[in-house]
Amino acid sequence: MTRLKQTPSQTVGPYFAYGLAPEQYNFELKSLFSPTIAGPDAAGEHVTVLGNVYDGNGQPVSDALIEMIQRNADGRYVSTQQEVEDTGFRGFARVGTGTDSKFRFIVETVKPGVAGPNEAPHIDVIVLMRGMLVHAFTRIYFDDEAEANARDTVLAQVPAERRATLVAKREGSASRPVYRFEIHTQGPNETVFFDV
Amino acid sequence: MSETAAPFLDPRDWDAHPPYIHPGYKSSILRGPTQPLVPLKERLKDRRVAVYGAQNLGQLDHDLTRNAAKNGEPLGERIIVTGRVLDEGGRPVRNTLVEIWQANAAGRYVHKADQHDAPLDQNFLGAGRCLTDENGRYRFLTVKPGAYPWGNHLNAWRPNHIHFSLFGDYFGSRLVTQMYFPGDPLLAFDPIFQGTPEAARERLISTFSMDVTEEGYALGYVFDIVLRGPQQTPTEA
Repeated sequence: MTRLKQTPSQTVGPYFAYGLAPEQYNFELKSLFSPTIAGPDAAGEHVTVLGNVYDGNGQPVSDALIEMIQRNADGRYVSTQQEVEDTGFRGFARVGTGTDSKFRFIVETVKPGVAGPNEAPHIDVIVLMRGMLVHAFTRIYFDDEAEANARDTVLAQVPAERRATLVAKREGSASRPVYRFEIHTQGPNETVFFDV
Repeated sequence: MSETAAPFLDPRDWDAHPPYIHPGYKSSILRGPTQPLVPLKERLKDRRVAVYGAQNLGQLDHDLTRNAAKNGEPLGERIIVTGRVLDEGGRPVRNTLVEIWQANAAGRYVHKADQHDAPLDQNFLGAGRCLTDENGRYRFLTVKPGAYPWGNHLNAWRPNHIHFSLFGDYFGSRLVTQMYFPGDPLLAFDPIFQGTPEAARERLISTFSMDVTEEGYALGYVFDIVLRGPQQTPTEA
């Protein structure tokens, strides 16, 4: 049978907010997704993941859309809606950079668990914005997981000198940890994007 | 299930997609990655990822002529936009979320950043979403979006278009795209459309359909969408 050809990607453009993240941007439509991966009742260490998206001039991008997918604290992806309701762990977040005064994405979650010894805790990230004709895939690792990061088979495929672009830095207090993850679309610190 | 052992997805077909930097589209120059994408041996793309949220769908979410109406119907030419979401093997992608957003009939987005001085329409938001059915079919009722000017170059106008966002069943099947209308003279001048490889551009243009058109009510357009899919039919357990 002949294979069908993939529909081409086009940019998300500047005006996605009322369609894809209406509540975050105060439009009168219910959001299907929110900037919260894990609600307050979810098991695990509660952390905030935040950062900016920078363009080639080092300017923060105010109209990017970020999506994140991760395992729960036990190392599993959620598999049913019932599980989301029972645990408060949604596993997915969508957030625009246009509502924070510093144009940051800010996501509430729990530190992800892992599925095996050759995997470090991580969050998969999809980056979309005006000016990006095809969305880009990247990954967040954590700087306080150096041992696990050294064993991670995905990180191992990234040229060593670029690995640091995938590692979020822990800040904030012990009671409310914050991981900062900066996304540079270009420049000397250009974030690693994967051919997924 | 979220993580069942997956069949291999075909790779992203770069002959189908625009490059990250297409100089005619100015904002891609500073925003597209410049380094080659890092290939992965892991079958990350194949991972099935269920994304939840569809339980929040409202009754009128598929009907943009009614889902934001305040005191009447939106202005403009009513249209039906429908099609099937298929994978590359021609299999329907069932029960998958399709999200759309668009300008109103005058070419104005409700987004606060849109400064074009065409009028807003108090009865039109321009956002819709639905799930595909057993045949992979979706169906929206809306009004035809207007063309609008933008700052890319002197006298730049975007062709009429509707934005689409889909997840499909896999991490690698995510697609955000735009649907255009047949015979639009602006397509020849639009750097976003023209940034797409020539052989693939046609796939972004919907087809006018008399079969979908409803007498006395609305014109019909068909836009089928092909997502990355497994190379072969997975064996049913």
